Amino acid sequence: MSDLDSQTSLDRAEAGALRVAYVRDEMVQPMEPPVSEGGIVGWARTNLFSSVGNTILTLIGLFLLYLILPGTLNWVFFDAVWSGENRLACATTAQGGELPADWKAACWPYVIAYFKLFIYGRYPDEELWRVNLVLLMFFAGLVPLLISSVPFKRENIIFMLGIFPVASFVLLSGGNLGFNGFLLPDALMAPSAAKFWIDYLILSAIIVGLVYAYMRATDSDPLRPSQFAAIAMAILGVVLLVMSVDFGLEPVETSNWGGFVMTLVIAVTGIVAALPLGILLALGRRSKMPAVSLFSVIFIEFWRGVPLITVLFMSSVMLPLFLPDGVTFDKLLRALIGVALFSSAYMAEVVRGGMQAIPKGQYEGAMAVGLNYWQSMRMIILPQALKIVIPGIVNTFIGLFKDTTLVSIIGLLDFLGMINLSHSDSSWATPVQAMTSYVFCAFIFFLFCFGMSRYSIYMEHKLNTSHR
Amino acid sequence: MKKTIVSAALTVATLGAAVTGASAATLDDVKAKGFVQCGVSQGLPGFSNPDSEGNWTGIDVDLCKGVAAAVFGDGSKVKYTPLSAKERFTALQSGEIDVLSRNTTWTATRDTTLGLNFAGVNYYDGQGFMVRKDLNVKSALELSGASVCTNTGTTTELNVADYFRANKLEYEIVAFEKADEVVAAYDAGRCDVYTTDQSGLYAQRLKLTNPADHTVLPEIISKEPLGPVVRQGDDQWFNIVKWTHFAMVNAEELGITSANVDEMKNSDNPAVKRVLGTEGEFGAALGLGNDWAYNIIKAVGNYGETFDRNVGPDTDLAISRGTNALWSNGGLQYAPPIR
Amino acid sequence: MSVSQTHGSGSAAAGEKPKVRLLNDPKFRSYIFQGVLVVFLAWLVWSMVNNAAINLKNAGVASGFGFLSNPAGFGLNFSPFIDYSETSSFLDVYWVGLQNTLVLAVVGVFFATLIGFIVGVARLSNNWVINRMAYVYVEVMRNIPLLLQIFIWYKGVLAALPGKRNSLDWGFLGQLNAAGLYAPKPVFAEGAGLIGWALLVAVAVTFGINRWAKQRQVKTGERFPVFWTGLGLVIVLPLLAYFATGMPVSFEYPAQGNFGPRGGMQIIPEFIALLIALSTYTAAFIAEIVRAGILAVNKGQTEASYALGLRPGQTLRLNIIPQAMRVIIPPLTSQYLNLTKNSSLAVAIAYPDLTAIFAGTALNQTGQAVEIIGMTMLTYLAISLVTSLFMNWYNAKMSLVER
Repeated sequence: MSDLDSQTSLDRAEAGALRVAYVRDEMVQPMEPPVSEGGIVGWARTNLFSSVGNTILTLIGLFLLYLILPGTLNWVFFDAVWSGENRLACATTAQGGELPADWKAACWPYVIAYFKLFIYGRYPDEELWRVNLVLLMFFAGLVPLLISSVPFKRENIIFMLGIFPVASFVLLSGGNLGFNGFLLPDALMAPSAAKFWIDYLILSAIIVGLVYAYMRATDSDPLRPSQFAAIAMAILGVVLLVMSVDFGLEPVETSNWGGFVMTLVIAVTGIVAALPLGILLALGRRSKMPAVSLFSVIFIEFWRGVPLITVLFMSSVMLPLFLPDGVTFDKLLRALIGVALFSSAYMAEVVRGGMQAIPKGQYEGAMAVGLNYWQSMRMIILPQALKIVIPGIVNTFIGLFKDTTLVSIIGLLDFLGMINLSHSDSSWATPVQAMTSYVFCAFIFFLFCFGMSRYSIYMEHKLNTSHR
Repeated sequence: MKKTIVSAALTVATLGAAVTGASAATLDDVKAKGFVQCGVSQGLPGFSNPDSEGNWTGIDVDLCKGVAAAVFGDGSKVKYTPLSAKERFTALQSGEIDVLSRNTTWTATRDTTLGLNFAGVNYYDGQGFMVRKDLNVKSALELSGASVCTNTGTTTELNVADYFRANKLEYEIVAFEKADEVVAAYDAGRCDVYTTDQSGLYAQRLKLTNPADHTVLPEIISKEPLGPVVRQGDDQWFNIVKWTHFAMVNAEELGITSANVDEMKNSDNPAVKRVLGTEGEFGAALGLGNDWAYNIIKAVGNYGETFDRNVGPDTDLAISRGTNALWSNGGLQYAPPIR
Repeated sequence: MSVSQTHGSGSAAAGEKPKVRLLNDPKFRSYIFQGVLVVFLAWLVWSMVNNAAINLKNAGVASGFGFLSNPAGFGLNFSPFIDYSETSSFLDVYWVGLQNTLVLAVVGVFFATLIGFIVGVARLSNNWVINRMAYVYVEVMRNIPLLLQIFIWYKGVLAALPGKRNSLDWGFLGQLNAAGLYAPKPVFAEGAGLIGWALLVAVAVTFGINRWAKQRQVKTGERFPVFWTGLGLVIVLPLLAYFATGMPVSFEYPAQGNFGPRGGMQIIPEFIALLIALSTYTAAFIAEIVRAGILAVNKGQTEASYALGLRPGQTLRLNIIPQAMRVIIPPLTSQYLNLTKNSSLAVAIAYPDLTAIFAGTALNQTGQAVEIIGMTMLTYLAISLVTSLFMNWYNAKMSLVER
């Protein structure tokens, strides 16, 4: 059709070139559509008032809007108080302030006064640059990762999954962990950092030796896997070393962490820990070995069947009992373990969905080329499956991000926990205090979650077109 | 797969090694890590309350500082773990904290079945009721049909049930996890009555929108001896915490304050000399230096000082000494002698 | 050490034994691997149990389930069906908690489905205003944490209601104040049971008519207004029974007491806040499921229906929805389960559900963390499994119709 159109217009152009007097060489300006069909009126006719039922619906909708919108806008903007020193700024005459008795709107100076606590928690003032640096690294690493046209994806991922977690751990906590050793009996050598590294070397040697022996026993080439094991242990060693080095940073207890930063820490750590666990579980669930798949199914269904809050209760109240005498976990770490286990089960189902979507030919093809199980998973199946499930992963992350608010119930001062804590400050206590802070909190969460869900939809469309 | 498991186990092991451990000898652990880990409330003015800077103050906090001063000679070597009512005992049992100083009531069950030892009573309390003045209620016996806000997992929840049942009063209980939530609900009019330890009522009243609109009823319906708690099975540490409190009470009795403690070192009074370690070897018997009590008093003062500073008549809480006065003044605070 | 050398020795070994080595036999390997896994898991479980036993013994904490028969000693303010008093046992606390969880979940599922279907259909409306409003509703609800929404309803909206002595009077509906809704409570006198039986009979007859009407339609093609008949039966029969037995149902209205309304049926604000938050939040997800389900039905189906002369309402009811239901039901199930699990957030605002009073209060009073948390988790797991099984059965039934 369009081809034909362009053809005829070409003909006309040629005809125009001949300059025949009775042939117009200009297009006639199209007439405006009738008022009832075009423009706003026409649009309204088709979309709002096309029938009696439709008109009634429109009126109901407009009435609902009338009920909701002006009140909300007044509450948030027009009637709200924007500056003040303490609760008197937002108090009505009955409460000792100067606002009219029926005043009810947001009290923003309270949020402004508490802004730092809401974002950073009780992190010491002079150390805030460390948090800011971590946030900067996080967004600087994340944004190019999300935009598909930016090159160096591989380096970017290594930065985000390798360097960033270690750096942010050291920056946020102050690093300088004291390792005492774990392998040799204490009688042989007193616990110290030196003993830890000797222990670590011995452990690495044992692991590399085991890999070598196993490869020899199965007649495979033992060198590369052993090298791989050695490199992995070396990398882990470097990570541990960095964590234990004293950079001269003031240590900051996790009980001083809080606010939105803690929400981010929990959500990001949770998802980063859940991804590898989830992949393993998904592989396990699809495994042909009955013990492995049974274990994976039980594990996944267990965590998916219980509410997160009971998991958090368990990790905060029961986990200490399961650990050997003398080993305790930090409160935040306990919550993190709970969150990571919980989300790994959901992640496993997302990844499994992706693996099921890979055509069977891919599996057979991988086998036909002579790849073993791990090779075919690593090189053929997972790269494709993980790419398909990026939207699913983002959605899981959104869920996890929202669910981090539950840690406030077990007493961690995350964003919501900090907000609830601020309500006990009598210098800002007014009837509108709670609602103001919740609206602020809801706005921030909405901003992040809506943004992520848009991104997930965008990725879905992008991936869709590339596969069709 | 195997490697992943091993490295996971290693990570767990190293994390385990990274955090502090607790074993039978708490004193050695505390000395090794260089501070006392003290379990406190999540914010109760007068007892343990953080300011916006994260500095903790309160009568329970002073006890922790006293223990730190006794061990290290420095009252600032304390780290605080805010705990909910639910978490507090597990935290102590698992060794996460060394001493629990969190307005905890000494009861038979807790002393016997939870594996804990109460190391004295640093505040004699009793459960009371707070109501709005405009209800015109003068006695708790007029509360039939009221709804009552309280904390879950506390003795107050059980006491209030007993009291209303014994007096055949109807009531509706509304029990929250956190003290702040109870106060907020009471303030919002969810309940007619707020019940907790009387000291807590005075403390929490400060958080209400209009503290002057509320009144505490005269009835005290229970005995609530609040004190520090330690794990069972470590008598040395139990003694240190117990005698930290006793030293503070003895100091008040003998007139030793943080201001005059240096002068008092030259005192001729043998009782004072024994407390301040210029005579006898009482510190060594606890596994501490002989100036242990001197350090406590230097750091936080005597019992009367911490009381006045945190909850006394000149503070916002404005609580009189009452049952917490020294035995010689008709109260219950009585410490065995140091000799 | 070069690659060729090690490789050479390997192949030499293989040369001596032409048979595949045992370690290279996939079957044997899988046995070994599973053996290692089982041993590792057994060790993990054993060491956890062992540690717990040692820790509990060291701490001198009591263990076992004996505590369940001890009197709980604390009061609860919401137990619609089970009698509870301070002298009840901890086991009773468990049952009351489970009851409150289920009551909340069932009512929540009802409202969530209702709102979800309305919003889901509204999302597909041609009407721009309705369509956009539904879209905004879904996006706002989905992207704000549920716990925050619960707090908003509880501390922001319901706490702002007038105090108990200045209740809003809603006449027949009761009185509303910061302590909840004091609704009239139905009082059943002698003979009221008959009304219940009449209702049962009406439902049974409706089902019978439904079957008969279906068979008749298959045979003759004639349709029968089952819905209206059924509705009439369900209303008329109990009403008849009500008047026949001499109007045995009366309502007890809340009276004015010292502290505001007393008596009647108090619906506590914690329940109301949770119900609103859970159902509006879940409804947003259900709306998206409904929308996706309807969109999944081929447009040709609609066109074919119109071609057959069905009106838009009939098309939706007889053609689109039955087909969409098959797509909708599996994700809908998981939303119902999510709602049930999310009801555990009750613990944040003191609604006495299973998590709040059993894993909360009872745990605090007894200190027996392992037993109580274990029981709680297993209960939720059982609810999940039972719901999944039921929905799988239902789903299979629906799929069979499709062929």
